[in-house]
Amino acid sequence: MKDMSVQDRPLLRVEGLTKFYGGRIGCEGVGFDLWPGEVMGIVGESGSGKTTLLNCLAGHLAPDAGRVLFDLDGEAVDTVTMSEPARRKLGRTDWAFVHQHAADGLRMNVSAGGNVGERLMAVGARHYGDIRASALDWIERVEIPGDRIDDRPTAFSGGMRQRLQIARNLVTGPRLVFMDEPTGGLDVSVQARLLDLLRGLVREMGLSAIIVTHDLAVVRLLADRLMVMKDGHVVETGLTDQVLDDPQHGYTQLLVSSVLQV
Amino acid sequence: MSDYNFAYLDEQTKRMIRRAILKGLAIPGYQVPFASREMPMPYGWGTGGVQVSAATLTPDDTLKVIDQGADDTTNAVSIRKFFEKTAKVAVTERTAEATIIQTRHRIPEEDLTEDQILVYQVPIPEPLRFLEPSEVETRKMHALEEYGLMHVKLYEDIARHGEISTAYAYPVKVEDRYVMDPSPIPKFDNPKLEMAGIQLFGAGREQRIYALPPYTRVVSLDFEDHPFECTRAQEDCGLCGAGDSYLDEVIMDDAGARMFVCSDTDYCRARREAGHRGAMAGEGEAFA
Repeated sequence: MKDMSVQDRPLLRVEGLTKFYGGRIGCEGVGFDLWPGEVMGIVGESGSGKTTLLNCLAGHLAPDAGRVLFDLDGEAVDTVTMSEPARRKLGRTDWAFVHQHAADGLRMNVSAGGNVGERLMAVGARHYGDIRASALDWIERVEIPGDRIDDRPTAFSGGMRQRLQIARNLVTGPRLVFMDEPTGGLDVSVQARLLDLLRGLVREMGLSAIIVTHDLAVVRLLADRLMVMKDGHVVETGLTDQVLDDPQHGYTQLLVSSVLQV
Repeated sequence: MSDYNFAYLDEQTKRMIRRAILKGLAIPGYQVPFASREMPMPYGWGTGGVQVSAATLTPDDTLKVIDQGADDTTNAVSIRKFFEKTAKVAVTERTAEATIIQTRHRIPEEDLTEDQILVYQVPIPEPLRFLEPSEVETRKMHALEEYGLMHVKLYEDIARHGEISTAYAYPVKVEDRYVMDPSPIPKFDNPKLEMAGIQLFGAGREQRIYALPPYTRVVSLDFEDHPFECTRAQEDCGLCGAGDSYLDEVIMDDAGARMFVCSDTDYCRARREAGHRGAMAGEGEAFA
């Protein structure tokens, strides 16, 4: 990341990404650049295509058109057309995916340490002591007490599960993190703590992230830039504060004014 | 004139199974799907092994069947009788005399030769099954050699018990490619998987056949700081005195008395016939 030759090109370049579900639009003609260390928020109401877009970007869905170019060792590689083994390898090394429901992203019948260690073992770690030390380090970094390392996620609260999922994803030092409603389903105080943690980790590790959410407060705290989606199309983009404080598109204005004030 | 076709199965079925066996031998450790037939025994009693044996048997073969190493348990006796009746082949209890040995959960103590075939009964052929329930996903993991998950199981063992406590069905990697479940043999037997004989694995309910050709490299998975270890009871056989064989623990009464005996009954018998005596062997011909 310190290398200037890497810095002067985007980490991820998306061009004309389109996904149809039969005759219906999932998302259409989406394009943007994501720079190293940048956090991009995607907001919009339910059904606006933001999760479809995220799944296309992360290789979970095959888009019908468009390119997703990822900067791999200084070369922009199209992850849509790359081979499946290569894409899956990317998914456990340079990429990470945080699911909305922690149960989707964790192995619920495997201990917390095993969950965090799985990614290390998947990339070839074969020393138990080292794997356990990294797992313990990460579990404590996400504010889970170290003595819970051998407990299963089924014994964890919702907030702890979500933090464990984040630890599991970040242990291999990914460069790009996809997050699908990372705070969905958590109560506000737990949400605040998680956001605090995420913000710290993103800054500290210089992560790039794409966060999909319908919660404007989340993007206000985390995202540098914002993309507003409606009916599968991007209707407005810009710096987060600019979009939220001075929304131009009618839908964005509606979205911003719909936030309940306490 | 027998009412059965040779070895019970019809010729087309045996050809189909032989094709699966040949494919399995060509790709050591790869699980080949096959159209498993209904057999006159319940699933879990060795329907896979029986089909593989039936497809492998010729009229000149001598068959031996063992269950947990023993020739005289229900499963072994009934399968042996089944082939005596349907194939009219010679049967034996002596490992060295057999050309085909069907086994449940053990490898004979005596080394097999290049002229012998060992047929395993396999309950669950997929080593990744208990961690990854999706068959689509496990097949993909085999195809792409994504085997990190197998070590998660071993990690969990050490985290919970301080050592790799998996004592049977211990996962192995075949020729640096496929991770394979060696069927529920004790891990004591794992080093013997590299042998001169052909090894065939049949899972009837799961409809899979896999194989190890002779002298195939088979490595038990482990961690650098927790290497694979063979384990056996730290006793000598009570009947033949063997200190190197895999032992069964037999409870003698309800006051805690117990004895350890070879699980391989043929090995134990041969040693006693050669004059070896264990600490608990009586004066006469014990168990003869």
